Amino acid sequence: MRSVYFDHQSSTPVLPEVFEAMKPYFTEAYGNPSSLHQHGLRVREALKRARQQMAALINGDSEEEIFFTSDGTESANLAIKGVAYANERKGKHLVISATEHPSVMNSVEFLEKQGWTCTRIPVNAEGILQPEEVQKAMTPQTVLVAVHHVNHDIGAIQPVKEIGRLCGEAGVPFYVDCESSAGWLPVDVKQFGAALVSFSPHRFYGPKGVGVLYRNKRARLVSIIHGGVQEGGRRAGTENVPGIVGGGVAAEIALREMASRSEHVTRLQKRLWSGLKSKITFLKLNGPEPGPYRAPQNINISTEFIEGEGQLLSLDLSGIAVASGSSCVSKSLKISHVLAAIGLDHALAQGNIIMTLGKDNTEEDVDYVVEEFARIVARLRAMSPMWDEFERGVIDSVIAPTGRGTSFSEHAAKVSGKPAH
Amino acid sequence: MSDTYTLYNNTVMDHFMNPRNMGDIKDADGIGEVGAAACGDIMKISLKIRDGKIEDARFKTFGCGSAIASSSMATELIKGRTVDEALSFSNQEVVDALGGLPPVKIHCSVLAEEALKAALEDYLKKHPELATQACKSEVVAA
Repeated sequence: MRSVYFDHQSSTPVLPEVFEAMKPYFTEAYGNPSSLHQHGLRVREALKRARQQMAALINGDSEEEIFFTSDGTESANLAIKGVAYANERKGKHLVISATEHPSVMNSVEFLEKQGWTCTRIPVNAEGILQPEEVQKAMTPQTVLVAVHHVNHDIGAIQPVKEIGRLCGEAGVPFYVDCESSAGWLPVDVKQFGAALVSFSPHRFYGPKGVGVLYRNKRARLVSIIHGGVQEGGRRAGTENVPGIVGGGVAAEIALREMASRSEHVTRLQKRLWSGLKSKITFLKLNGPEPGPYRAPQNINISTEFIEGEGQLLSLDLSGIAVASGSSCVSKSLKISHVLAAIGLDHALAQGNIIMTLGKDNTEEDVDYVVEEFARIVARLRAMSPMWDEFERGVIDSVIAPTGRGTSFSEHAAKVSGKPAH
Repeated sequence: MSDTYTLYNNTVMDHFMNPRNMGDIKDADGIGEVGAAACGDIMKISLKIRDGKIEDARFKTFGCGSAIASSSMATELIKGRTVDEALSFSNQEVVDALGGLPPVKIHCSVLAEEALKAALEDYLKKHPELATQACKSEVVAA
């Protein structure tokens, strides 16, 4: 059976060159970078090199602006809480988009319980926010604006340059979560007007266990993990040296190969979406059409009348790895907040599948997925009471309304006694 | 790396991939359709009942793998039971027969129980004379 990995947004394989670069730092160069002897100084030098490689990927000026954390979630926690606590006397107001990653959303919720307030900027049906809305939301008490570059679910590209300019005019630090874009799309901290940027090498063929937070020296930031004075006092704890070294190499290769990787997945993305929509009826693309407003790796679809977990499980049995924002897949039984924010009907959110492409995927992979997916959708629809009720005119389609029957949501509310939301 | 890992146990996966009694019954004697407010899943069970006995049971499910497996198993379990027996059917039977479900998926088996009970209610509504009898025996059983 063919094995197709379409979940590069979750993680990617480590490149052989990256793995090779990491190896000596497990067995030979095992010193602690805080130590002052040869063993320590050697790895300290390796960390410096990795900081330079990370800074180069995002057009940062110096390695001193790069802090290493354990992953993207920790970077987001440090960016949000670290800036909020550092500016407590100035004000306690934050501005974020409604579709940030849970690590941003939940860090903000944590601060709200301690007296901070936050304005969440809504997005349009494609998942993109209006920069003017950010400007309107800022007050003299605003200490941070956080908007991601590329959405982790639907691949929508936010107008970060415009937002950065407005933040600059207002003198408010701007944090851009680039976890879903770094290594695939150009990230330029200067063009973005970003005071803080986070990204993780495991999203571009580096190892897990290392996250990166860029911080412009003008932005005040305090540590949220307390201990020694590693990472310029901004993140206590011994650095994950092998991970950081590997991450640096992955960043260097990603920068060098960005154009070709991006071109490759752009071509596959177009083939995948056109293949899917030609083979499957009542299918909706969530987020912008493939093009300038959508990351080239991402396809996020809703298949009407069936649920996402069943699709995911069936695809897995066909050797195809994907993700889903359906409530049945989440541990919280809630649909993805991103799908809710773009106003997607609950029935469609339930049928959600996320496919994210990588540099090693091929056209044959895409064609295999299209074929298998069409087969799986037909099988699951044959099992679904909703498909049958749609065909009998009891309920209507959200994607292509026929004018017959009630909406799925009305129907679901009737049979469950409560609205599905 | 040649091992296959599964989210659910083999029994659940088997009922998801090879569901038993999937479909509708023409001229069903009782139909129940219920939805889970928590997650949005919807389950429908149709019954063919003769002489107070469930002759045939079919399901259709809009939901995850464990919801499909739960409805498949529920229809397997209740075929051949009397209406009275079926009225005291519990989701735990489905969970046990499936060899267990992850804690977050137990509600799928509850949905199967509810769909079955809704189908029985539908049947009893059409046969009020049996309803009293069935209710009586339920009281006695309790």
